[in-house]
Amino acid sequence: MVRRYLQIGLFVLLAGVIYFSFTMPAPQQMIGEASRIFYYHIPMAWLTVVAYAVNLIYAIRFLKTRSELDDFRSLWSAELGTMFCVLATISGSLFAKVTWGVYWTWSEPRMLSIFILLLVYGAYLSLRAAIPTPERKGVISAAYSIFAFPTVPFFIFIMPRMMQSLHPADSVVDKNLHFTMGGTVLPIFLVSLFSFTVLYFWLLGLGIRLHKVRLARSEEA
Amino acid sequence: MAGNERRRLARTYKAALVKGLAVALSLTVEKLSKSFGARKVIRDLSFTINAPGSLGITGRNGSGKTTLMKILSQLVPPTGGRVAIRDGDAEVASADCFNYLKMISPEMALYEMLTGYENLKFLSTLAGVRLDRAKQDELLERVGLIGRGDDLVAAYSSGMKQRLKYAVALLAKPAILLLDEPTSNLDDAGKAVVREIIVRQKSEGMLIIATNEAEDLKQVEHVIRLDN
Amino acid sequence: MSSGWTTKALAVLAKDIRTELRTRYSLNALFMFAFTTLVVVSFSLGQLSLGVQVLSALYWIIIFFASMSALSGVFVKEEDAKTAQTLRLFARPSVIYAGKLIYNMLLLTILCVLLTPLYVVFMNVTVPDWPLFLVVTLLGIIGLSGATTIIGAIVAKANVRGALFAVLSFPVLLPLLVAAIGGTNAALVGAGWAGAENHVKLLVAYAVIMITSSTVLFDFVWNG
Repeated sequence: MVRRYLQIGLFVLLAGVIYFSFTMPAPQQMIGEASRIFYYHIPMAWLTVVAYAVNLIYAIRFLKTRSELDDFRSLWSAELGTMFCVLATISGSLFAKVTWGVYWTWSEPRMLSIFILLLVYGAYLSLRAAIPTPERKGVISAAYSIFAFPTVPFFIFIMPRMMQSLHPADSVVDKNLHFTMGGTVLPIFLVSLFSFTVLYFWLLGLGIRLHKVRLARSEEA
Repeated sequence: MAGNERRRLARTYKAALVKGLAVALSLTVEKLSKSFGARKVIRDLSFTINAPGSLGITGRNGSGKTTLMKILSQLVPPTGGRVAIRDGDAEVASADCFNYLKMISPEMALYEMLTGYENLKFLSTLAGVRLDRAKQDELLERVGLIGRGDDLVAAYSSGMKQRLKYAVALLAKPAILLLDEPTSNLDDAGKAVVREIIVRQKSEGMLIIATNEAEDLKQVEHVIRLDN
Repeated sequence: MSSGWTTKALAVLAKDIRTELRTRYSLNALFMFAFTTLVVVSFSLGQLSLGVQVLSALYWIIIFFASMSALSGVFVKEEDAKTAQTLRLFARPSVIYAGKLIYNMLLLTILCVLLTPLYVVFMNVTVPDWPLFLVVTLLGIIGLSGATTIIGAIVAKANVRGALFAVLSFPVLLPLLVAAIGGTNAALVGAGWAGAENHVKLLVAYAVIMITSSTVLFDFVWNG
């Protein structure tokens, strides 16, 4: 029952985010209307990374417990992460077209890092598909998840320092770690970030619960 | 396994062999099961073998004999249950089990681009066993391959390859020897070699054979039948 | 009585070298691929000369693609020949990994020894700073082997080997490529060790991280 109310609450929040993101003034004056994409693009990029972290955590756990459920949690988070990653890439690309005139450029480090994540997710899913034996599938893909991980912080944190960025800098947090968004922008953004995060965890839990039912069913058979 | 441990064990084992006593080694299988997806190949298997001792595993083709052998040799994990090798009272860690057992199976091959001698040299180095040319010849003699040590394994016939597998398995003087289809590809002389090996292993350690050959099954104390 | 860990790892290495000398599968694949790519590029460019940055990138592109075509062999051939099971019953995973890692490094070193003179000749490259160039190349080889050896083991148990090896390796290798190309570039423009400092640091860090995590993870991959 509580769950039902929470779901409705999430729906209301997300609906509110969508409504206000279009009706309230655009976040950044210089970029104009296109900056509204902040409300969506940033949470999605954020969740791509969160999903990978969850995948990583369950991969490590799986190597210890060898529980099929842990393996599934790892896989499911990767699938959700891939979805968010694709959305983040597309939304970022559209923003790039509108503001900088190109759909894609390699000189933009954040574009590069979301692309790397897309590659890693893609590689992970391809690997899973290519291993015939179920017990090997989990162990080997978990090993790859862990192995590929160091690349991710490299591209998210180190590369941007090495390259000059076209990304709107200081759009969220400036050098003094104060929020730079003023007025109505900050609340909408934070609610969006929060709601999408909850959405991710809800989808994650949903898939896991469904899988548990599947497992229980096959055990009875 | 630490160097000291190995030396202690080797001394114990060799001493026991010399005295003809049984090594306090046991292999226990507890509620073992193995499924491939929905297909249950092994269900709820439990048994214990103590050294010296022997076990035969038999069943129709596809009944899971090779799978069971792979599980016993720790190459494949079971779906349920476990396999435990105990040395005295202590259970041997999974990562160390390979020191205690060797297997001969149609699914395991030797290095075709190396000669017989080179295979023996390489694998003996890995096993931590010093094998000079004299000892290598001894092994080849025992399996009936003397004089062929300098030929590439690729040039061997299938029967000769099988014999070399025996030489390789024996070089480490394994406490547990697993034989999957031991006499396949062998002529009468080859089969005689295998019988001799079986007899020796039975009294000195543990022997597990997976086969459908009645002749081979006669050599073992107990037989398990795998059928669905 | 027992041979040390190093002796065993070296035995694995020796075995692979001996087999390679008799069959020459990997070396041929590596070298022919690299050589062909080099010749095609050189020929296609004709009189055009390439800028330094493109030259340094080209060098590593050739090595990268050559690696993709040959480096997974070290484990794939064991699984295919069914000798992998035999190895599992005779040696610890760490011994096998160490031997194969060094083998891959050796293969790549031989490739670079053969490739570099040809590269200099065909692409008309002048290298003002040979020591730096060689150090960067060596570090790049170590990092490349460190990253791809375990992926070779991962792929050996899968189906679509060739393509999968490249798909899995590419994201992991990108930091290495960035650093190696940058370092080679510094060597080609004569920027000296100061100019290459960041890249060299990155190469070293990369190699350490990749080899360390491979050592930890290899057990799981090898034993399933």
